[in-house]
Amino acid sequence: MPLACRVPTLCPRLYVNMHPLLSRLRYASVGVAVLLSGCNMEVLAPKGDIGAHEKSLILIALGLMAIVAIPVIAMTLWFPWRYRSGNKKATYAPNWSHSTKIELVVWTIPAIIIVILAAITWTSTHALDPYKPLQSDAKPVTVQVVSLDWKWLFVYPEYGVASVNELAFPVDRPVNFEITSDSVMNAFFIPQLGSQIYAMAGMETKLHLIAREPGSYEGLSSNFSGEGFSDMHFKAIATSEDGFKDWIAQAKAAPVALDGDSFKALAQPSQKVPVSYYGQVTPGLFASVVNKHMGDMPHDAASHGEMPMDSHHDMPMDMQHHEGGDALPSDGISSITTPTQAEK
Amino acid sequence: MFGKLTLDAIPYHEPIVMGTLAAVILGGLALFAVITKYRLWGYLWKEWFTSVDHKKIGIMYIIVALVMLLRGFSDAIMMRLQQAMAASDAAGYLPPHHFDQVFTAHGVIMIFFVAMPFITGLMNLVVPLQIGARDVAYPFLNSLSFWLFMSGVVLVMVSLFVGDFAATGWLAYPPLSGIQYSPTVGVDYYIWSLQLSGLGTTLSGINFIVTIMKMRTPGMKLMQMPVFTWTSLVTNILIVAAFPILTVTLALLTADRYLDMHFFTNELGGNAMMYVNMIWIWGHPEVYILILPCFGAYSEIVATFSKKPLFGYKSMVYATSCIGVLSFVVWLHHFFTMGSGASVNAFFGITTMIISVPTGAKLFNWLFTMFRGRVEYNVPMLWTVGFMVTFVIGGVTGVLLAVPGADFVLHNSVFLIAHFHNVIIGGVVFGVFAAINYWFPKAFGFRLNEFWGKASFWCWLVGFWLAFAPLYVLGLKGMTRRMNHYANPDWQPYLIVAALGAAIIAVGIFCTLVQFYVSIRDRKKLTDPSGDPWGGRTLEWSISSPAPFYNFATLPQVRELDQFWEDKQNGVAYVQPAKYEDIHMPRNTGVGVVMGAFGTVLGFALVWHIWWMAAVGLVGMVAAFIVRAYDRDIDYWVPAAEVEKIERSRHAKLQQIQTTQVAPVAAPQRQKVA
Repeated sequence: MPLACRVPTLCPRLYVNMHPLLSRLRYASVGVAVLLSGCNMEVLAPKGDIGAHEKSLILIALGLMAIVAIPVIAMTLWFPWRYRSGNKKATYAPNWSHSTKIELVVWTIPAIIIVILAAITWTSTHALDPYKPLQSDAKPVTVQVVSLDWKWLFVYPEYGVASVNELAFPVDRPVNFEITSDSVMNAFFIPQLGSQIYAMAGMETKLHLIAREPGSYEGLSSNFSGEGFSDMHFKAIATSEDGFKDWIAQAKAAPVALDGDSFKALAQPSQKVPVSYYGQVTPGLFASVVNKHMGDMPHDAASHGEMPMDSHHDMPMDMQHHEGGDALPSDGISSITTPTQAEK
Repeated sequence: MFGKLTLDAIPYHEPIVMGTLAAVILGGLALFAVITKYRLWGYLWKEWFTSVDHKKIGIMYIIVALVMLLRGFSDAIMMRLQQAMAASDAAGYLPPHHFDQVFTAHGVIMIFFVAMPFITGLMNLVVPLQIGARDVAYPFLNSLSFWLFMSGVVLVMVSLFVGDFAATGWLAYPPLSGIQYSPTVGVDYYIWSLQLSGLGTTLSGINFIVTIMKMRTPGMKLMQMPVFTWTSLVTNILIVAAFPILTVTLALLTADRYLDMHFFTNELGGNAMMYVNMIWIWGHPEVYILILPCFGAYSEIVATFSKKPLFGYKSMVYATSCIGVLSFVVWLHHFFTMGSGASVNAFFGITTMIISVPTGAKLFNWLFTMFRGRVEYNVPMLWTVGFMVTFVIGGVTGVLLAVPGADFVLHNSVFLIAHFHNVIIGGVVFGVFAAINYWFPKAFGFRLNEFWGKASFWCWLVGFWLAFAPLYVLGLKGMTRRMNHYANPDWQPYLIVAALGAAIIAVGIFCTLVQFYVSIRDRKKLTDPSGDPWGGRTLEWSISSPAPFYNFATLPQVRELDQFWEDKQNGVAYVQPAKYEDIHMPRNTGVGVVMGAFGTVLGFALVWHIWWMAAVGLVGMVAAFIVRAYDRDIDYWVPAAEVEKIERSRHAKLQQIQTTQVAPVAAPQRQKVA
C-alpha cells in the first residue's frame, strides 16, 4: 500500500549535511541558518540533491553579501548617531566631500564580492540547469506532467499509467519530468526537492529532480493560473522501490483509461480535484497535448531549442499511435535529454 | 447601443463593493456640496485644473497619489486579512474571484497610480526650481500628461463599480489574460487605463528630458545639476525608452482580445513567452524609474541635514547613469524558471548583481556624507536613515534572487513579495515621504508638523518589518504568492503577524493624514518666512516659500555645484537686483482637461465595446487638440512692475527676519536612533 510508505519527514529538522565542497563561507552564514532553523523552513530542509545544492547556494550567497551588508548596516546606525548635531565632540568637516581612497574602496570591495558571486552563479546555474539530466547509476523514471485548470496530471509513459494530483517515485532514482500545460501558465514546484519550472501550453519544459529521503512532500503550482489556483497542489511521494511498485500496481488497477475523450473530460475546469488514477494511458497523449496548441508555427521552449515538431501535430489525439509505448515528438532530441528514451 | 454594458455589470450582490460604492458616492456628494457651498469651483478650475504651472501640476499628482494610496492600501489590508483567516482550507471572507481582482488592483494601483504619480509629481514640483527654470519646456503637454493620467485613474476606479477588474496578477500574463480565459471586461479596464496613463507618462518623460537639457539657468553645466535633477534626467530617459514598449505590448494584447489575433495565445502560433519578455523589458526599467528619483531625494536630504556637501557627487552621477543603462539588460531575471538555457540565465543573473555595485556605492556616499557632519533629525532625515537600513536588506535579498539557482526555489514565493516590498516601500515610499516632508514648505509656505511626521515614520518602519519579515520566512517555508486560501496551518501565525504589521502601517498612513491636518491648522506657527527652512544648498531654497508663480524673478547665475550654498557663504544670496524685467509665462488652458475627459470616454467605450461612444471620445480628443494647435493666445508677459512688487515684499520680509546671511534653520531636534 502506498500509504504505508508515507514516512512523516516534514517534521522540523535543519538540514545539516556538511558537504565537503562547502567553503568556510558556510560558517559565515551559520548565524543566518541558526536564525532560520527555529522556524521549520521546508526550502532550507531539502530532501534531495537539487534542493540541497540550492540551499547551500542560498547560504553561501547570503554569507558573501553579509561581508558588505553588515558593515553598512552598522555604519548606517553608527554614523548618524556619532555625528548627530548635538554631539559637539565629533569632528565636523563642513566642506569635505571627496576622498579618492574611500571611493576606491566602496567601489572595489563590492565589485570583488560580485565577481566571486558571479563565478559561483555561472557554475551553479550550469550545475543546476533544470534541463540537465542527473548523473546517477540508477535508472531514471520519466514523468510527464500536464497542468490543467486546476489540477495536475502525471503520466508514466514507461508504465502506461497516470494519476491526478498525486505523484510517486522511488528515492535515489532520478526523475525526469517533461512538463507542459493544457491551458494557462503554471509552475511545477516541489519545494523540498528543489527547482521549479513553468508549465506552458504548446511547449515542453524539463526538470530533473531526485529525492534522497522517503516522504510525502507538498507539491504546488507557483504561478497564478486563475480561480482554482489555490487548490492546485499535489502530494509528491518519494518511496522505496517496493513502495513505488505498489503505487504503480494500484494505479494499474484503476478501471479508467486515459484517452482522448477522458482527457477532454478531465481538462474541463474543476477545483479541489481528489486524487485519482488511470490504469491505462493512450500512448503519445503527452505529445499530442503539447502539439495541439502549436498551430503552424514552430515553437521552442525558451532558448533550449526543444522543438516538439513532428508530422502529427494536426492529428486528433486519439489517432496518435506510436510504437514502443511512449512517444516523444522528436526522437533525436529526446534521446539526448532523456536517456531513458534512448534506451528504448 | 451600449455594447457589452448592461445593468448586470454593477455587482449588486457583493456587499463589500456596494458598501465602498455607497461610501464613495456619499463622500463625493459631500465634497461636491462643500465645494459648491464655498463657491470653489471657479477657483479650482482657474487656479488648478487648467493650470500649466509645474508646481500646481506636481501638487495635483501628489494629492491624487495620496488618494490612490488609500485605495491600494485598502486592497492590501483586505489581502492580509483574507490570508490571516483562510488557513487549513478555511474559505476566509473573500471568494477567489474577488481576491484575485484585489491583488491585481493592488499591484496595478500601487505602481501606476501611486508610485508613478508620486514620482512624477515630485519631479514636476522640484526639477524646474532646481535648475532655475520658470516652467517645464512644454507646459501644456505637462497639463495634458496629468489629465491623461487622471483618465487612467478614473477608469480603474470605475472598474470597481461597473463590471470588474482584471483577475490576472498585475502584469496580466497571457494566456490567462487572453479572451479565452478572461472573457470579462476586467483585462480591458486594465489595458485602457494603462494605455491612457502610460501615454501621459511618456509625454512627461519627453517634457522633462527637454526641460533639463534646454532650460537650465545660465551657467549651469550638467555636472553642476543637483543630484535630484540628475536622477530625474536618467529616470525620464528610462521612461522614454521603456514606456513605448509597454504601449506596444498592451496593444498586441489588445489585438489578441479584440481582433482575434494570436500573438500570445495558445493557438495559431501565439506565444505567451513573448509577452512575458516584452512586459519585463518595460517592467524592470520601471522599478528604476521609481527608485532613482528617490535616490536623488535622499541625496539632497542627507547633504542638507548633515550640513555638508554630498560626498562623491561625481560617483553618484555615474552610479545613477550605470544603473540606468544596466536596468535594460536584466529583465530575464523575472523568469529564470521559464526554461532558458543555463548560460542565458547566468548572464542575466550576473548583470543583475552588477547593479548592486553602483547601488552600494550610493549607500556608501550617503554614509560618508553623514560622516563628520552635523546630522539633524528632522522628519526627512529619519525617513532617509530608515530607508538606508531597510534597503540594505532588500538589496541583499534582491541579489540572492538574482542567483538563478536560488531563484529556482524562491521564485513566485512570498519571499519574492517580501523582497520587492522591501525595496519599493523601503526605497520608494520612504523616499516619497522624505521628499514630501522636505519640499512641502516650498510648495505651500509652511513646514509639516514634526511630531506626526515622526509618528508616521515609526509606524511605517515597524509596520513594514512586521508585515514583511514573516513573508520572508513563509517564502522559505514554500508558500507561494496569490493564494486565496491554504491547507498548511503552520503558515497562519506568520500571516497574522503580517496582518498586524499592515495594521500598524495603516496607523502610519493615518498619522500622515493627521500631519497634514495639524500642519494646515498650525500653518502660521509653521510658516517658512525665509524660503530656506532647512539650510538648503540648491536653487529652490533661494526663492520664497511658496515659490512665486514665475519661480525666479531674475535667472540665477550658476558657476558651481550648490551655488545657493556658496552664495549664502559669501553673503550674496539675497541681493536684490537693480532692475527687474518682464517675464514671459505660459497661459492656463482647459484643453488638457477636455482631452483627458474625452480620453476617459474613449477608454470606457473601448472597454465595453460601445463603438459610437469610442468614436465620440477619439474625435473629441483630436478636435480639442486641433483647436489648441490653432490657438495663438497661449502666453503672456508679467510686467516688470508686478514682479518688482512681489519681490519687494519678499525682500522686506527677509530683512525683517534678518536673514541676509544664512537662513534660520528649524531647531535641531535630538533623537536617538535605534
